Amino acid sequence: MTTRAAPTEIAIHKPAERMGFFTDTTVCIGCKACEVACKQWNDLPADGARFGKGGSYDHTGALGASTWRHVRFVEIDGGHLPDIPAVGRGRTDLGGSGSGDLDLVAVAAQRANRGGADAAIDVAAAVAAMDDWLFMSDVCKHCTNAGCLDACPTGALIRTEFETVVLQADVCNGCGYCVPACPFGVVARDPADGRAAKCTLCYDRLQDGLEPACAKSCPTDSIQFGLYDELVEIAARRVGELHARGIADAYLYGAADEPADELAGGLGAFFLLTEPPERYGLPAQAESPIQENVIPATAAAYGAALLAAAGAAAAFLGAGRRPLPRGRGARARRRAIRGWSR
Amino acid sequence: MPGLGASFGRGGATDFLQALQHADCILIEGSNMAEAHPVGFRWVMKAKERGAKIIHVDPRFGRTSQLADVHLPIRAGTDIAFLGGLIRHVIENEAYFREYVVSYTNAPTILREDFQDTEDLGGVFSGFDPQTASYDTTTWGYAGDGAAAQRDDTLQHPRCVFQVLRRHFARYTPEMVQRICGIDSEDFRAVAETLVQNSGRERTTTLCYAVGWTQHTSGVQIIRAASILQLLLGNIGRPGGGIMALRGHASIQGSTDIPTLFDMLPGYLRMPHARAHAVTLADHIESGGRARGWWAYYDAYLVSLLKAWFGDAATAADDFGFAHLPKLTGNHSHFATMLRAIDGGVDGLFVMGQNPAVGSQHSGLQRRALASLKWLVVRDLSEIESATFWKDGPEIASGELRTQDIATEVFLMPAASHIEKEGTFTNTQRLLQWRDKALEPPGDARSELWFMHHLAKRVQAHYAGSTRERDWPICHLTWDYPECGVLREPDAEAVAREINGYDVSTRAPLPDFTALRSDGSTACGCWIYSGCFRGGVNQARRRDPGDIAAPGGWVSPQWGWAWPLNRRVLYNRASADPAGRPWSERKRYVWWDDPAGRWTGYDVPDFPVDKRPDYQAPADALAMDAISGDDPFIMMPDGRGRLFAPSGLLDGPMPTHYEPLESPLPNALHPDLDANPAAIRWQRPENPLHTTGDPRYPIVATTFRLTEHHTAGAMSRNLPWLAELQPEMFAEIDPALAADRGIEDAGWLTIETERGEIEALAKVTPRIRPLRIDGRLVHQISLPYHWGFAGEVRGDSTNDLGALSGEPNVSIQESKAFTCNVRAGRRAGPATARLADARLDRPVASDEDDPAAEYPSEIT
Repeated sequence: MTTRAAPTEIAIHKPAERMGFFTDTTVCIGCKACEVACKQWNDLPADGARFGKGGSYDHTGALGASTWRHVRFVEIDGGHLPDIPAVGRGRTDLGGSGSGDLDLVAVAAQRANRGGADAAIDVAAAVAAMDDWLFMSDVCKHCTNAGCLDACPTGALIRTEFETVVLQADVCNGCGYCVPACPFGVVARDPADGRAAKCTLCYDRLQDGLEPACAKSCPTDSIQFGLYDELVEIAARRVGELHARGIADAYLYGAADEPADELAGGLGAFFLLTEPPERYGLPAQAESPIQENVIPATAAAYGAALLAAAGAAAAFLGAGRRPLPRGRGARARRRAIRGWSR
Repeated sequence: MPGLGASFGRGGATDFLQALQHADCILIEGSNMAEAHPVGFRWVMKAKERGAKIIHVDPRFGRTSQLADVHLPIRAGTDIAFLGGLIRHVIENEAYFREYVVSYTNAPTILREDFQDTEDLGGVFSGFDPQTASYDTTTWGYAGDGAAAQRDDTLQHPRCVFQVLRRHFARYTPEMVQRICGIDSEDFRAVAETLVQNSGRERTTTLCYAVGWTQHTSGVQIIRAASILQLLLGNIGRPGGGIMALRGHASIQGSTDIPTLFDMLPGYLRMPHARAHAVTLADHIESGGRARGWWAYYDAYLVSLLKAWFGDAATAADDFGFAHLPKLTGNHSHFATMLRAIDGGVDGLFVMGQNPAVGSQHSGLQRRALASLKWLVVRDLSEIESATFWKDGPEIASGELRTQDIATEVFLMPAASHIEKEGTFTNTQRLLQWRDKALEPPGDARSELWFMHHLAKRVQAHYAGSTRERDWPICHLTWDYPECGVLREPDAEAVAREINGYDVSTRAPLPDFTALRSDGSTACGCWIYSGCFRGGVNQARRRDPGDIAAPGGWVSPQWGWAWPLNRRVLYNRASADPAGRPWSERKRYVWWDDPAGRWTGYDVPDFPVDKRPDYQAPADALAMDAISGDDPFIMMPDGRGRLFAPSGLLDGPMPTHYEPLESPLPNALHPDLDANPAAIRWQRPENPLHTTGDPRYPIVATTFRLTEHHTAGAMSRNLPWLAELQPEMFAEIDPALAADRGIEDAGWLTIETERGEIEALAKVTPRIRPLRIDGRLVHQISLPYHWGFAGEVRGDSTNDLGALSGEPNVSIQESKAFTCNVRAGRRAGPATARLADARLDRPVASDEDDPAAEYPSEIT
């Protein structure tokens, strides 16, 4: 029997190069295998779930001290469902005789009067919104200019040989400064012991030449792991392919930006999105407060050459707004069913 | 899978998942593939990346729909109307692949004069007996059988299959599809055109289905309709074509190949019937009527099976022990058995890999049946509801049953998980993959193999020395598997060797089933698996993907082992034209290499490897000599795929739209009939059915699976990492229905049927939409069925709502379409209290057959 490593496994040799994640949301199927694989490998506890409004299949909510990968279900209008996509007119009591129609508009208006929902009903929008259920696997961004790292007074947060940002639990004193320093809301403190925790990009697996658990478990390669520079190339090509296919809204979040537009100096874990970042719960800008107010440690670590060469402190100190795609987003991605056949 | 078997010859998916990446179009219907088969869905996404069109037809907009190019919401249970519409579209627009259809299907074959169609007889075919609700299938035959078969290759003869098919589906117009399914006729045409444009010489379309097609009282006929469509489009036997039957668990395909079914022997051999004429081996073989085609070797496979089971005791003089096989006396399927248990006719039950108290249709009835047993063995990873119903089931809560009155002695046996035992899974694409044991099972947990092995040894010891005739099969069963380790685990590879087959005199493993003989010189546990231990090597343990970049390298024939003979695409002779050339370079797969005088290609040819494409079978030829060089369906006596199935099915040679047993609407095509006339209804007080259009139950309910949970939940509700991902039982309902009933999003609602009522949290969402059908609005709700009353995460069970029902051929229940009502708030009392007093008012003898349930067909 011949056993071969999966093609995505990368043998890692020291000194290492920057490793990262490219998460392509256009092929995510929302299976949550990454979320579970992460918890299993890192031995993180289930931290409970809440059945919320909005029709979402997301019950674990957000990244946290014990959720280092989280699959977000991007719902219509942030989870608020408009009333009534149906077509009908004519009035019958559904509950009684049962045969016939319901005046949907009237029912919705009635419900609105009871305070249940919006009176404004956009039937077309509601139907089109059927196509707007997006899945995105979120994770620590392993920023080039990592606010958490700059804020950490104990040295618990370090940059590794893979240029990932890792929190050493045994050094953390639980001060929590890193929590507000993260512009993405990734870092959180464990309610049990107060220490902070977040994704390590499977530092232990990387040291053994294995890809991180989430990428390993992804059935559609929505999560790709590899050499950062190669991933950026792959991702840029992918955006080009999608554009060529008519998906004009595809863009990279956190990579391949002009220096003035970089998010936190570039994200080690970056994303391919088709909607404005806010739809995915991601900030349009990502400056860390710590970097606004103090000379960041990151700058010292990385920056002398960069600062000298470009004189471009503004690159990560409150850079100008990124140009973001606006408009109908994913809805525009889908052609009307009629006439789409080849 | 008789739908596929009756159409093509074998009851297995015709293609494999990796081939999906080469499809130009994929129609997913009756399947929630992205959610229920997320790993296999990888290949759908690959196809999409290559530009394939992905179409999802489903009542509910789920994750699969989101990832498809287009989603068509359909009324649950109307798939035959939709597929029939596609068949009509293809025929009437002459969009069928004519050369394929004329050469490879029975389209030209002329039928008997006395065959009458549903269109002539108000919804039934000729041969229907209303007294028994069953068919005499004689009139469905060909005008002349075997060598006397008559064909009209111009397809013009009024009684040729093609013309019969055309007339049969003439009324399935886009407008009729709209009336029945609620699918806009223009949307329907767009899908039909997409399928047509992505089929033919240069392109192929795959159909994917799962239990959304099978769990209907016309389920087998839905699959038949898909088979007809794919034959007309020329998509069977070709890469990126075919029909993918997506199986619901890791080895469900394996459990029909080596069956847990009551009416099959391993390898789809027929279980003998006590009342049929075939009580001797010769009669049984003869009754199959398979003088032509591959089933001509039936005798070799059956005798080799008997040799594997009974060893030296199986002698030619004693019909190799054939007479000692158990005989069918009726329907011994799951539901028939549970009803018999309620009537006091079943002493004990083994429940393994199943959780009937939650996972089986009409769970309230299942639990009452469990409470009627004397003993019950449950083997599982955790203490599932089937082992605790006697203390915490809804019937205990309602006071209908009292723990102290239940005599069932429950033995809960801890089971090893899949990483704690070795053996094979046979997956959805007939691929056997061996897995090694990673860990010893904890505590007293043991593998199924260990359990059955040591149980069998104890049973044999109990009967040792018995001279009673009825004990013969136990006393003479060969059971000599070596045991390993301190746990005395039987050697799983020894079992695999027996399944592969061996020469009786030398014990040498056989290369494949062509070496099997009917003289008792070979033994084989399952003929279709023969070759899985070829050369004494565990072929299923191979994990070499090969050079994927090479032409055809994506087939990866050295990865695992697929039955039969490691073929990945069945009927792949049809990937070449009648002369043996690939239909197109783009779809090259298996072809005739004339200089070499053999079939070759990327896969194992599904054809006698040296049979020339221009070989014409003489009229009097038998067995494989009767298969001409351009007959790709070698399991069929005429070598052709069946647009019209003259045999093999109990409820019709062609699919016909019937309403589900429970439907809010009458049958628009056959107003006097409503549901499948041959459906099994099990009409008893414990099993009340809603009549068509019952105003108390105006809403259509359908069930589905979530990625986050596994079936009845034993493996996921007890695992916190999975349980937190979907913590609560919920129901998806549309905003209009919610508004009408005052149901709030994330608030409670109660769903009720005559069988029970359950509560769930509401997901009010336009992802499930009301459909406008025949001028009225039909609301549908969709229900996951993963929750139960025990375990870490609990919730009401969807299966408490459904009735027992049966598809005529396979007795599967109609859980994908039934009627219900919903109201706001939580349920009033225990889920199934409303059936507390329902009892049959006559005594039932324990061996009495249910008259409504004649035994399912013998399908090969």
